[in-house]
Amino acid sequence: MRVLGVETSCDETGIAIYDDQGLLAHEVYSQTKIHADYGGVVPELASRDHVRKLAPMARQLLQQHHISQSDIDGLAYTAGPGLAGALLVGAAFTRSLAWAWRKPAIGIHHMEGHLLAPMLEAESPDFPFIALLVSGGHTQLIQVKAIGQYELLGESVDDAAGEAFDKTAKLLGLGYPGGPELARLAQSGDPNRFQFPRPMTDRPGLDFSFSGLKTFALTTWRTEQSPTANLQQLKADIARAFEDAVIDTLLIKCRRALQQTHCQRLVMAGGVSANQRLRVSITDMLDSMQGQAYYPRTDLCTDNGAMIAYAGWHHLKTGKQESLAFNIQPRWPLA
Amino acid sequence: MKILAIDTTETACSAALLDGDETLEHFKLTPRRHTEYLLPMLDALLAEAQTSLTEVDGLGFAKGPGSFTGVRIASAAIQGIAVAVDLPIAPVSSLLALAQGAARRYQADHALVALDARMQEVYWAACEQDCNGLMQLPGEEVVCRPDDIPIPASGGWHGIGSGWGQYGKILQSRLDGALQKIHPDEQIHAQDVARLAKQVLLAGQGVSVEHALPVYLRHPVAENPSQSS
Repeated sequence: MRVLGVETSCDETGIAIYDDQGLLAHEVYSQTKIHADYGGVVPELASRDHVRKLAPMARQLLQQHHISQSDIDGLAYTAGPGLAGALLVGAAFTRSLAWAWRKPAIGIHHMEGHLLAPMLEAESPDFPFIALLVSGGHTQLIQVKAIGQYELLGESVDDAAGEAFDKTAKLLGLGYPGGPELARLAQSGDPNRFQFPRPMTDRPGLDFSFSGLKTFALTTWRTEQSPTANLQQLKADIARAFEDAVIDTLLIKCRRALQQTHCQRLVMAGGVSANQRLRVSITDMLDSMQGQAYYPRTDLCTDNGAMIAYAGWHHLKTGKQESLAFNIQPRWPLA
Repeated sequence: MKILAIDTTETACSAALLDGDETLEHFKLTPRRHTEYLLPMLDALLAEAQTSLTEVDGLGFAKGPGSFTGVRIASAAIQGIAVAVDLPIAPVSSLLALAQGAARRYQADHALVALDARMQEVYWAACEQDCNGLMQLPGEEVVCRPDDIPIPASGGWHGIGSGWGQYGKILQSRLDGALQKIHPDEQIHAQDVARLAKQVLLAGQGVSVEHALPVYLRHPVAENPSQSS
């Protein structure tokens, strides 16, 4: 079975083809530059750009790989969660293409796409596993028993980890999106200068809270500034303390989730999973627990069509498909 | 020549098949539920006409102005079909389509179209019928406050569209004496989009997917801070 997948839930336009042999093609166009001046994604601008980019990208991908109607067995698109206007572009395009081709189609949960993304790699996890989904929109721990069997173990009660990264970067005056920039700056930071709290780790449970860290960073930034202070180093030291706190907190909760479920496989996905220090820390922890950690390749950490094509491939294989009426779900709990 | 056309600009959803001079149309008032009706309508249309997409020669869609989300649904849907079957696309003004509907239903040959654009504004166009019975846009479409609509020189106009419901008094006072009749409840119909699309396609002016885009008239709410500072 060969599936065309489309992702348009936020500020990346993604399209991909997955079949029984693996990932055949995948293209992502990122709108980052469009939103940079605003310091965040502007939903209307995102929607306008998706409708400009998606169809030409799709046509080009099909032409490049000599794919026509008879080569595709089904189509998948991100139905939610995400920005309503952006989701609608991908849904309307994909569903109409499927209708015109007389092929089955299915709407995919964006986070299901992310948590299955590591299975696109040669070394992929067996079920069951624990998934840590960390992005600008989500921080969730999910127990994955099989495709479609997801249990939410914990999630952020306020800011997502990626959101906290971006907001902290913004208050330190870094560019947009600031998360990766903050992580770069943290590399030259002194790990011993500041000690940030590890929120919600002193109590049982698997929920997260990251908004306090942002405030802690702001307070530190304000109180430590003086005429003689080396501001660049101060920023780097705050970035380091912030990143250490986020990583530590994620590790503590992951360890708890693994112990609680007697599981030894951890999958990490979502934009923040591209963070190298986080990857190394997670891998070390799983090694120490005689377990194994799995990640998607870096370009499949952020939003992409490959993970949607892959999730769609799983669901369409079971014979699932939608009626001609379609819908999006901007708010849609996974589990 | 067979043309398949759709409209999801406002509160209605419609799809039509124009075959020669014959039209088949499915139309429903369905605020915010376009995605539930659009493909079933298209499917039913082709089945009723006992035809298939391979026999269709071109596509038309109402490109706006109107609800941003609405015009994007039509645009993305037509793009999806066009990628599948490689057909030329005629993007048609939603204001012109409304005027064409007024010509069909009320024999209007002059139409002042006003769509409620929210934020105390209207999308506005003055349309005139040509010798082939098709509405044309001699001037430009604009988005403006009802007090600021351009006043036409001549009289005998039909006022069409939701803007006439929302801002009827202001518009009428501006156009004192120039109006013949007002139809504030008139909706866009895909059959009128199809008729207008046909002339575009016959003229060889159909476009491919990258040009089958919405027309918003209004810029995004957020102004670019780097330009405004």
